[in-house]
Amino acid sequence: MATGWNERVPDRPGAAPPRDGGSLAVEVHGLVKRYPKAPTDSLAGVSFDVHRGEVFGFLGPNGAGKSTTIGILTTRIRPTGGRAVVAGVDVVADPVGARRVLGVVPQQNNLDRSLSVRQNLLFHASYHGIPRARRNRLADALLGQFGLADRPGGRPDDFSGGQIQRMMIARALMHAPSVLFLDEPSTGLDPAARLFLWEKVAELKAAGTTVVITTHDMDEAAELSDRVAIIDHGVLLALDTPAHLVRGMRSDRTLDCTIEPGPTGDAASLGLDLGGLVGVRMVDQLEEPAGSAWRFRIEVEGEAAPFVAPVAQLVHDAGARLTDVRLGEPNLEDVFIHLTGRALR
Amino acid sequence: MSTDPTVEAEVASPEAPLPSWGPWRTGLAILRRDLFVTGREFPIFLAQVILQPLFLLFVFGKVLTELGYAQADYQQVLFPGLVALAAVLTGLQSTALPLVIEFSYSNEIEDRLLAPLPVGAVAVEKVVFAAMRGFVAGAVMFPIGIWILGSVPWRASTGVAVVVMMVLGSLLGAAMGLILGTYVPPNRINVTFALVLTPLIFTGSSQYPWPSLGHIRWFQVVSALNPMTYVSEGLRGLMAPQVPHISTGICFVVAVGYLLVLMVVGMYGFNRRALS
Repeated sequence: MATGWNERVPDRPGAAPPRDGGSLAVEVHGLVKRYPKAPTDSLAGVSFDVHRGEVFGFLGPNGAGKSTTIGILTTRIRPTGGRAVVAGVDVVADPVGARRVLGVVPQQNNLDRSLSVRQNLLFHASYHGIPRARRNRLADALLGQFGLADRPGGRPDDFSGGQIQRMMIARALMHAPSVLFLDEPSTGLDPAARLFLWEKVAELKAAGTTVVITTHDMDEAAELSDRVAIIDHGVLLALDTPAHLVRGMRSDRTLDCTIEPGPTGDAASLGLDLGGLVGVRMVDQLEEPAGSAWRFRIEVEGEAAPFVAPVAQLVHDAGARLTDVRLGEPNLEDVFIHLTGRALR
Repeated sequence: MSTDPTVEAEVASPEAPLPSWGPWRTGLAILRRDLFVTGREFPIFLAQVILQPLFLLFVFGKVLTELGYAQADYQQVLFPGLVALAAVLTGLQSTALPLVIEFSYSNEIEDRLLAPLPVGAVAVEKVVFAAMRGFVAGAVMFPIGIWILGSVPWRASTGVAVVVMMVLGSLLGAAMGLILGTYVPPNRINVTFALVLTPLIFTGSSQYPWPSLGHIRWFQVVSALNPMTYVSEGLRGLMAPQVPHISTGICFVVAVGYLLVLMVVGMYGFNRRALS
């Protein structure tokens, strides 16, 4: 794509002031949702803020409360308690006003199958009161940006999952929402389509659109989000930048070492020596299926890099040779497992 | 790709101000979408709504009377009833089926539920649009009637009242469809249609004048419960007053009353499906 969102930001001719004048795109206070006949709350008092221009990731397993939260913020689900404000508009008190300023890209294809791709965009804009000439120009521009310009007359049923996804994003952008909600956008997409999506989200952010994205994909959350909220059982467990969340993990920084044994070496005693280094929490000897090399995973406190030299020295002293070291950083998945006690998938 | 700088500003700026825009204009835009889609398939739509009344008219109004099994003036009974049938049934089918599909399978309705207008207004638009289809279906019965029967009962003096009654009938059908489309689970819609449509067609006084049912009392009571009866009888009174019929005033009052009740129930069902 020749022209991206981010490339045209600098020559934006004085963007209009925010409609609500505030710095927060989304404000959520003590949000509670209990569905009729449900034994427990689907949301048990969730509070968070999303800053203007931020990409905010909502991470949690299925049934954690992500979709309920997004449903409330997009006016499709009525909260049992609490307050939710999108771009300065209270979604409960003024759902019609809220729908003007938010855009939704749902998990499932909800394109109008009776209309062509271009007509989907045009009619959506007409629902939002975009004048005809302007919506025609916008539709052509968005179709181009989302790689859909070659088949504007095609029906949604004739397109792939990735293309459907792009159409839904393009459609949601037709009324220039202040906040764009993407619900599990990469579910079912092939890797190329996923990368395209990530690229588009980055461009949206660069253009100043606030994006709230739900996912159960750790890589996606880490790659896209400025901040990540981890939610499970209707409770917000953590909220921070991906880097801070990961840094907050005290353990699980690792060195994976591959060692070529010397003529007299003994793996068990080397393991014991490594375990004796100050700051080392645990040493596991990993199975090395091929060859005679030893592999150790060493868990350390704090940063892993300072341990490389002492480890190399110990290995050398044992008459062996360190041939490879891989530093392992904890990732969001580790954070999630730490917080919830279970894996995501 | 366009290089027009104004386009780029509009696309790039999420805060570009929109002109003032009321919910009713959004409602009209949604109606325009429905008219656009139906207009594109208008011949198919006509074939869809005409076929059943056409055959009823032909077999009961033409074949049976020509063979001598029905009296010639049966046409006076049948024609207004078939106009009512076409309007009510088309109205019903134009809300029920799309709603079942849009809420359960295609989710198509979501884009309209997320448009800046009250959720209930989306339901009202559905009913208004379905009623338009119902009205067209009722109206095309007139040229078909003239073609098959040679002439149809019509009095210029009651023309406006006939139109109003047809509109009421179309709205009644659309409101019944709103209830079916929002309360019936998608896996039951086939069964429900069979169980609802057939009794609705044959107890709506479209093929017989209701006051003549005195000697089949139970059937008269059942027919009195069917909202379509008041449309059939109302049109009969307006178009062929010599046929026994329920007083036109009563027909209007009961039809309006039914419409209000059905709309309240249907709107409740719609809101339940649209919001959780």
